[in-house]
Amino acid sequence: MTGTTDVREGSGEADLVARLRAGDEQAFASLVDGWSGWMLRLAREHVPTPSVAEEVVQETWLAVLEGLDRFRGESSLRTWVWRILSNQAKRRGVRESRTVPFASLVSEDDGPTVDPTRFQGVGDPHPGGWRQFPEEWPDHVALSREVHEVVTVALTELPPRQRVVVALRDLDGHTAEEVCDVLGISAGNQRVLLHRGRAVVRAHLERYFDDALSRSEVSL
Amino acid sequence: MTCAEFVELVTSYLDGTLSAEERAEFDAHLALCPGCDRYLEQFRITIGLLGELPEETLSSPGRERLLGAFAQWRHRSRPDAT
Repeated sequence: MTGTTDVREGSGEADLVARLRAGDEQAFASLVDGWSGWMLRLAREHVPTPSVAEEVVQETWLAVLEGLDRFRGESSLRTWVWRILSNQAKRRGVRESRTVPFASLVSEDDGPTVDPTRFQGVGDPHPGGWRQFPEEWPDHVALSREVHEVVTVALTELPPRQRVVVALRDLDGHTAEEVCDVLGISAGNQRVLLHRGRAVVRAHLERYFDDALSRSEVSL
Repeated sequence: MTCAEFVELVTSYLDGTLSAEERAEFDAHLALCPGCDRYLEQFRITIGLLGELPEETLSSPGRERLLGAFAQWRHRSRPDAT
């Protein structure tokens, strides 16, 4: 995430656009480095392979250059770039069915994010309280190869809209406002998608650590 | 606030979007409930691990090609700029 601070701040955007128009290569390089990560991620939601995603991002940057003089600042630069990216991805005509509608929530975004059977029911002493607390995780969980694998698989298995929001927020470090802006969703929907996605990833990790714990108990 | 309600508010809590009243209830619950304290901690660890996944990047030939295209674009549209 280094080197991207200057392109993330909305207040500096007019300045950034002016620098690009003036032909400031440093400004362009820093924008490409700062934004290509999320652009690749979003392109991947539309096209089948990483190499096609890379092509789409390349084409998007070229289209951004071609269109820069016409950019009027009516939307943020980020939103404008994202629209060009979506159009480029769709123009490829590949897997259009993968196009992810963001406008509204769907049934998979409904309901509790933690298995309701883990909480006490109405007849129990503390309805809505944990039946049993979540097991403790090891101290200082690090992103070992196995944990990395668990998190990556969890992310891959998320419904696309949740995956995109989690990736933009937690992998790429965008703010809630930026994600709403880019995806055209409400703050409430952004929060629901993010929370569900994170809860699913946590549940994957929980299963992994619980299994690891029982394996180590068996071996004792 | 029950534990089942608490776990649904964690992202709002971390984003600072709870109302003052909800936040007070959340904090009060947190102070008394080791299970929810642990859940919140695990949520934070999860977010931290997600943040450690490597960012996707353009291939370096791809990046070079773009910088080259920028130089050409600059030359074409602004021949006087250097």
